[in-house]
Amino acid sequence: MPVQNNRADIRTRLQDLIPKIVLAPSVAAILIFVYGFIVFTGYLSLTDSKMLPSFDFVGFDNYARLFDLPAWNTALINLVIFAALYIAICTVIGLALAILLDQKIRGEGLLRPIYLYPMALSFIVTGTAWKWFLDPGLGLENTMHLWGWTDFQFGWIKDRHMAIYTLVIAAVWQTSGFVMAMFLAGLRGIDNEILKAAQIDGASNFALYRRIVIPLLRPAFLSAFVILFHMAIKSYDLVIALTGGGPGRATELPATFMYSYTFTRNSMGIGAASAVIMLMTVAAIMIPYLYSELGRKEK
Amino acid sequence: MSVASQDTAVKTGGIAKVFIYLILILFALFYLLPLYVMLTNSLKPLSEITGGNMMSLPRDWTIEAWLSAWSTAQVGVSPTGLQPYFVNSILMVVPAVAISTVLGALNGYILTKWRFRGDTLLFGLMLFACFIPFQIVLIPMARILGLLGIAGTTQGLVLVHVVYGIGFSTLYFRNYYASFPTELVRAAMIDGAGFFRIFWRIMLPVSGPIAVVTIIWQFTNIWNDFLFGASFAGLSAMPMTVALNNLVNSSTGVREYNVHFAGAIMAALPTLLVYIVAGRFFVRGLMAGSVKG
Amino acid sequence: MGFLDISHVSKAYGSVQVLHEVDISVEEGEFIVLVGPSGCGKSTLMNMIAGLEPITSGDISIRGQVMNGVHPSKRNIAMVFQSYALYPNMTVAQNMTFGLEMHGVPKAERDKLLADVAKLLQIDHLLARKPGHLSGGQRQRVAMGRALVRKPDVFLFDEPLSNLDAKLRVDMRTEIKKLHQKLGTTIVYVTHDQIEALTLSTRIAVMNKGYIQQLGTPKEIYDTPANLFVATFMGSPAMNILPATVKLRDGLAYAEISDVEGKPQLLQFSQANLASWDGKNVMLGIRPEAITDIDGADRKSKNIQRFSNLVTVTEPAGSDTFVTMTASGRDVVARMRADASVAARDRFEFAINMDKAVVFDPATEARIP
Repeated sequence: MPVQNNRADIRTRLQDLIPKIVLAPSVAAILIFVYGFIVFTGYLSLTDSKMLPSFDFVGFDNYARLFDLPAWNTALINLVIFAALYIAICTVIGLALAILLDQKIRGEGLLRPIYLYPMALSFIVTGTAWKWFLDPGLGLENTMHLWGWTDFQFGWIKDRHMAIYTLVIAAVWQTSGFVMAMFLAGLRGIDNEILKAAQIDGASNFALYRRIVIPLLRPAFLSAFVILFHMAIKSYDLVIALTGGGPGRATELPATFMYSYTFTRNSMGIGAASAVIMLMTVAAIMIPYLYSELGRKEK
Repeated sequence: MSVASQDTAVKTGGIAKVFIYLILILFALFYLLPLYVMLTNSLKPLSEITGGNMMSLPRDWTIEAWLSAWSTAQVGVSPTGLQPYFVNSILMVVPAVAISTVLGALNGYILTKWRFRGDTLLFGLMLFACFIPFQIVLIPMARILGLLGIAGTTQGLVLVHVVYGIGFSTLYFRNYYASFPTELVRAAMIDGAGFFRIFWRIMLPVSGPIAVVTIIWQFTNIWNDFLFGASFAGLSAMPMTVALNNLVNSSTGVREYNVHFAGAIMAALPTLLVYIVAGRFFVRGLMAGSVKG
Repeated sequence: MGFLDISHVSKAYGSVQVLHEVDISVEEGEFIVLVGPSGCGKSTLMNMIAGLEPITSGDISIRGQVMNGVHPSKRNIAMVFQSYALYPNMTVAQNMTFGLEMHGVPKAERDKLLADVAKLLQIDHLLARKPGHLSGGQRQRVAMGRALVRKPDVFLFDEPLSNLDAKLRVDMRTEIKKLHQKLGTTIVYVTHDQIEALTLSTRIAVMNKGYIQQLGTPKEIYDTPANLFVATFMGSPAMNILPATVKLRDGLAYAEISDVEGKPQLLQFSQANLASWDGKNVMLGIRPEAITDIDGADRKSKNIQRFSNLVTVTEPAGSDTFVTMTASGRDVVARMRADASVAARDRFEFAINMDKAVVFDPATEARIP
């Protein structure tokens, strides 16, 4: 016969409650300010909100209009170009630097922090520096001319077809060192005995990396991809500081599109719709990733 | 970062080694170049920049640009320099970092040592909150700040940064405390210590490293934030990053590049200092924020 | 009613029942060992005594007071953990007096209690150190010291020796036994090591799959195991279990087992009540030390049976020699004097002390009394 245990003394019961009471404000904040707000923005995207939120339901009109807007389509194409190049180049440079640094390099302790320091800077600072460095009249082009290479031309930042690539350059400059650190940590985590075994098996250095080391770095690749992907989608500050979305609208990304449609063009419904698309894109990558990470830990 | 072991089984020969050093040094130059250019040109008079070579060292060394950027340059509509905005940033960063770190520590402690049904789900919700594009919360946040009467104030920004910082600080502390033996908590319970006493006497004294990591991470993120500052700060509470952007992109008058550079370095200085002083912890934070293992 | 009473205690996680109606009554000054393989529920039971896990049903009482739902610190218990659980940021002295401090014991009294216990455990010289600077054995002592200063009603030991190396483990085992004899404290001790259970305890509770299999003195457990699980779990090398058929001849019961060639041989039982098992199969349990050479057989035994078989392997282990043979299709281990003259592949005359043999019902696995 089961006996109910309702004799727990007050202290024990309080001890059971305190953790939940302490956790409650954080949980409430997250539920309201993150998930509540997501729902609210989602709802706004289905209304005809202009300058102020309105609650007149218009279904998926905003989404239809959004995808008819050339500016949005430009932003999407830009995002695809930017994200693809940004992720690819950061990964290649990061991996290469990590592998090279892992060759018992003297001065590694000096080089590593140099590769990584841009990560500590604000994108606004990065943008300020590169905006000037890429300015044909002042920066690299001018320097080359002064140094005697008078045919040298590098005016991408003023060119509406090439400006998007300057964003890639600055963003890669800022983040690739971080990717290097991730890969380096992965490399240092590989069991040395595996490498020794492969060398005894007669693998050349190239084969060693291609067949053994790089496959073992899979988790680092995955992490780097996820982090870079979500940074690409969130990119806002860099565009503002480097190109301001220009020349014209040539370097608009969804993040800047959302901001200008919501706050300066008084099309809150469309702005909200674009934010929902951004969220869904991030969620499509992050949720499976976080789920597997949490699941792996819980076993 | 786990770079303690320099031991690698891979061996490379002499000529290859030279190439490796060459590449590594070239990349070091690539990363250093913008900083070098900013620093040298911030110490030149404007005339020397517009007419001269950006790579050369200043002929007339001057801190004129720095003084101007700090106290007299035109930011937006008023010639105040960046000084008031630097102060704004500090007034915003300090409480936001403190509150989000304390909450993160408590949350991490609860989620690992006082587990309950559904705690993993709650943590998952917090974790996902770290990665949302903040555009999704801008519109309702602006309304709520208005309703609370703290729109355009530093308090408002502190609230925003605390709310969106909890996820990461909780993540850090949770992962750190997860490897802390639960038997210690049980021993303390038997010894008669309660929830707060265990936290204060047992957990906190060993939390130094992760607290440093969290504080650095939050400090860097909040100091460097632009989106929230630009959206919610208004004129009086404008943080450094927004003020810098206004300074650089103001369309009136002559472009004083040397002043822009001095301002940019000022905006970067606090986080750079943290990076130089505590780079090890900075890197650990970056890794913990990306690889949750 | 005992000093520590565990009555009808069950534990379930959701629909998974991990403890079934456990009943143990512990007298003051007893040393009870809960022993069993991992997952048998022994640690869960201990945590429930400590108040670290809630009880699903049943009662746990100490000194006649029901403790269900009482906070761990209010039960007047102390616990020694497997990892020792020493607070890394505190010195040894602080570790040991933390509980007293939490219970509001004045400083002067704390210092006195600390000094007494430190002297008893010979850790006076370690008091100012931090746990990180102690060896495994020293940590173990500090963990015990922390429990002792509290002067609790019941000491709980959760596998306290399993993190020590073999030699130290034996030393500490003796130490704990000495301490118990000296202080006469009530101890509940969890281990998966059956030798620890046999050497330390006044009584043993053998557990498996959430049930108490047998509760008794070490001698009862060893000599008259309640079932096949207890028989094979306790003792090392394990008790030999071999299928046998009961044969009645002139009113006497014999076990028919076969040698390695399948030739049946009869061993007369010492048990008198096997008449009803005539012709049926049983499981015969014989401890290795009950199988010897003829010269080494126990002279006090009234029933030594001979069994001729081929020796498979001999393993000299210094003080003893272990001899393996195959009988009734099973490997059977005999424990002999070191100087027994036995060699592998020889036919050998084994002497089996049937007074020590036990018989199990193959269907229920319970011992036939």
